[in-house]
Amino acid sequence: MAGRNLRITLGPVPYLWDGEAWRDFYFRIADCAWIDAVTLGEVVCSKRLHFTQPFIDAVANRLADAGKEVALASMAMVTLEREAMLTRKLVEASPWPVEANDLSALGLLSGRPHLIGPFVNVYNGATARMLASRGATRICLGPELPLASVTEIIGAASGADFEVFAFGRLPLAISARCAHARAKGNSKDNCQFVCQDDPDGLAVDTLDGQSFLTLNGVQTMSHTCQVLLAELPALQQAGVSHIRLSPQHCDMADVAEVFAAVRDGRIDAAEGEARLRAIYPDVPFSNGFHHGTTGAAWIPAATEQVPA
Amino acid sequence: MELICPAGTPAAYREAVDAGADAVYCGFRDETNARNFPGLNFTREELAASIAYGKARNVQTYVALNTFMRAGAERLWYKAADDAVLLGADALIVADLALMAYISETHPRQRLHVSVQASASNADAINFLVQTFGAKRLVLPRVLTVADIAALAPKVACELEVFAFGGLCVMAEGRCSLSSYATGLSPNMQGVCSPASHVRYREDGEEMVSELGGYTINRFGADEPAGYPTLCKGRFHIADDGGYAFEDPVSLDVMEHLDALRAAGVTALKIEGRQRGKAYVAEVVSRLRQALAATPEQRPALLAHLRRLSEGQRTTAGAYEKKWR
Repeated sequence: MAGRNLRITLGPVPYLWDGEAWRDFYFRIADCAWIDAVTLGEVVCSKRLHFTQPFIDAVANRLADAGKEVALASMAMVTLEREAMLTRKLVEASPWPVEANDLSALGLLSGRPHLIGPFVNVYNGATARMLASRGATRICLGPELPLASVTEIIGAASGADFEVFAFGRLPLAISARCAHARAKGNSKDNCQFVCQDDPDGLAVDTLDGQSFLTLNGVQTMSHTCQVLLAELPALQQAGVSHIRLSPQHCDMADVAEVFAAVRDGRIDAAEGEARLRAIYPDVPFSNGFHHGTTGAAWIPAATEQVPA
Repeated sequence: MELICPAGTPAAYREAVDAGADAVYCGFRDETNARNFPGLNFTREELAASIAYGKARNVQTYVALNTFMRAGAERLWYKAADDAVLLGADALIVADLALMAYISETHPRQRLHVSVQASASNADAINFLVQTFGAKRLVLPRVLTVADIAALAPKVACELEVFAFGGLCVMAEGRCSLSSYATGLSPNMQGVCSPASHVRYREDGEEMVSELGGYTINRFGADEPAGYPTLCKGRFHIADDGGYAFEDPVSLDVMEHLDALRAAGVTALKIEGRQRGKAYVAEVVSRLRQALAATPEQRPALLAHLRRLSEGQRTTAGAYEKKWR
């Protein structure tokens, strides 16, 4: 049986959704018993903020009332003065713990409890130890790290909880240029919010028709959805305390239930995987980064011989 | 402004010095630097000899230790830093926070430059690195316009260095896992991007297909030269369109903005290209040295020649111009 101690967190919605749809998504999450913690906020593009800003207090309060640990994420890339101001304001005035996703938020949060998001580069235990000493209570490791590194990092760093990206399209890159707007004939500065037309991102295929990447505004994501389900026991063995589910345009409450069911041994990983394929169809799964190979790869779980 | 020049070999190092570099940057022959390519980089002995050659001509040497320390193998990076200090490096170029901490604690008098791979793109981030680790200079990520840089410079307590010529990262540096998604090898971890070991060219009828890790990155007609399949500079299908989704196969050239960068308070201009041959390095360094000394009117003639050396022979000012976004 896999461990019961792994807690399930929901990362920020990476895509641009309509404000009401975004609110209603979280209201449903508030009613999902399987999710322990939720990090909210716009991480990808500051131009999108006004879509969700009117609802963020209501959503955060509703989630907290439902017993979830709530945190607010800072943006992954801060270049404009306006973005720098927003980051400072978030750090100064947030009623909820802040998850740092760039070095400015990290610096501003120093000395008080905070979380580290997957966009801060933590590749070794020495970095994790330093962040913990500066006030980080939970560190979500970047999805590129193999299990061997996750194990080493947690072994070397005490004083913080560790979270691993267990479900969702992988955030692979972020740019000053908006390829999403460009694909639709617009520039970033006059983007017309075309990314809102693609609530689960815009597919990038190779010229030979291979599914490859996904555009999400200035962010480039994988086409595949990372799924670490058969890997839960190994993650727990490594000392991981939280698994992060990154919202896709599917029923994330059902996704959380599957992860909880596998974690708690109510179903096995194979059944969990089959259920996930029904909840989030048409998108292939990957787990290659975890296994130290190409991120797009899917390494099937070893079929264990059951002793007679 | 200082001219910071690349060297992948001792021969290129000498060419860069002789051509007028103010400083040359290079790395050790392993995963501690972001140009970890076969046949490139320096042994300890080669670095010692190169530093001596530079010092005799008043040219500084920066050692790039700009990958992220692999968990469990940190000694490799610490040792590289110790050796670079011992050999007399004028500055270490570092991206990993824990490696910055190690250097500032173990070698407090060593000059520390923050690598572009650290992805510090605003004043709060930069000042955090200056205050925490004593960084003296920061290499800016290629995500800012010249106007952004001018607004930033007075707010930071260190020198700024910017990329001026050579390869262009379309994605924010240090935050890109596209290469490892397709090949398992990444700039942050192994010091490589779109590695040659995973490249394949194949003919398909009239067309030449370039692949990376089994993914088609481009198809070239009979009349097109087949370029290297750098992942972010390929042609892809988005909806019905089949163009360059992220960026054309262009390289960076911001020489038109020299005066604006100088006025913005930029200390140093960096030339990308440690993987380039010594003839390229010599040519680029001497032309840029001349361009820095020339008047704006004289510059176009000096630079036209240079553009022919560029990747795909086409250039862009990239993020330095707002319209690029």
